[in-house]
Amino acid sequence: MRHLINITDFSTGEIESILDLADQMLSHPEKYRESQRGRILATLFFEPSTRTRLSFESAMLSMGGSVLGFATADSSSTSKGESLTDTIHTVSCYCDIIAMRHPKEGAPLAGSLISEVPVINAGDGGHNHPTQTLTDLMTIRREKGRLDRLTVGMCGDLKFGRTVHSLIGAMSRYEGVDFVLISPPELRVPDYVTSRLRAEGIPYTEAESMESVMDRLDVLYMTRVQRERFFNEADYIRLKDTYILDTDKLRFARDDLSILHPLPRVNEISVKVDADPRAAYFKQVKNGRYVRMALITKLLEQA
Amino acid sequence: MNIDSIKRGIVLDHIRAGRSMDLYRYLHLDELECSVAIIKNVKSNAMGRKDIIKVDEDISIDLDVLGYIDPGITVNIIENGTVREKKHLSLPERLTNIIHCKNPRCITSVEPALDHVFVLADREKGVYRCIYCDSKH
Ligand SMILES: [Zn+2]
Repeated sequence: MRHLINITDFSTGEIESILDLADQMLSHPEKYRESQRGRILATLFFEPSTRTRLSFESAMLSMGGSVLGFATADSSSTSKGESLTDTIHTVSCYCDIIAMRHPKEGAPLAGSLISEVPVINAGDGGHNHPTQTLTDLMTIRREKGRLDRLTVGMCGDLKFGRTVHSLIGAMSRYEGVDFVLISPPELRVPDYVTSRLRAEGIPYTEAESMESVMDRLDVLYMTRVQRERFFNEADYIRLKDTYILDTDKLRFARDDLSILHPLPRVNEISVKVDADPRAAYFKQVKNGRYVRMALITKLLEQA
Repeated sequence: MNIDSIKRGIVLDHIRAGRSMDLYRYLHLDELECSVAIIKNVKSNAMGRKDIIKVDEDISIDLDVLGYIDPGITVNIIENGTVREKKHLSLPERLTNIIHCKNPRCITSVEPALDHVFVLADREKGVYRCIYCDSKH
């Protein structure tokens, strides 16, 4: 039995096979409409995330399966003091696969150690969010036709952005990938990420503005710069526009750039960019549904 | 107890000077009925000073705990007054409930029944990481 707790639990070969299946499912959804009939997905959201939960439920329903679960911790038995392991024990008797989100780091791993059915980490605090990374990888592969030999720009809050750390980890395994890390000095990628890149001889550059590096990028992964991450309001006001992507900054970009964003966005991508053919972030949402369908299918095959 | 020679038991040699009392606690030697000798600040050619612990009974010792605390220790198993076996230690790959995760965001902070498990991430630097949250120890 396999689980997905951390994106690096899967080899690049396993990831490719999930992405291949997801591509097929997206092209021919009708072929898979009944493929999980009779199977049940439990969505255990100890922390609310409507977007992620709906994406999982939509994936299971699109394959004829059923869903049950809870959307917040207070509607679960945890609020009555039940331990996580007891909850997982119980729920794994009621379903065939579990997607679990929890505010504490490592909770899905703890669940997977005792679960009788596959567990998918749907986000554990600021730690991992591997199905977002699968979505990102699927989008990059569909837009660029490959995952190797790419210059990938990451822009915004690179310090706290777990999707950034996870995507760097996943993309580092492909040949010829070069990272361009664009952030204010306060929100640089943590040391453990860059020291791993250095140790593995993977090239990266750090930059403080998009304009200076835009023409080099194959992919631009935007993230939100949150006000509360700054020490003072003045720094936030001074810096926030630097990390907003608008049509003006896109003048420097290549014609074949792909712009990604894990969403929800606030204002870090101007709505005028939405009409640009290089904007891939709404396709990314759609890809998220199909890559979760493929993941559920692969894990159930091995259960 | 003659501290120079024991008939049957265990001698922990090459303990870093000053660490013998920590070992005494970690290995729960205070709970033993037999005699235990702690010899501190013994002159050593290789180490300058070292500590030695002698236990007058062939007790089973958790070598993982010992290896984690001090991988330089030599464990001598004594039988009939001679060394039957000499064990050299190394840092164990996995530690279960020996060290505890202090990350307040870690699931172990709210689930008392969970084992605290660390795996060796860097043998050279002796770095362990919590399997749940990846925190260093
Ligand atoms: Zn931990």
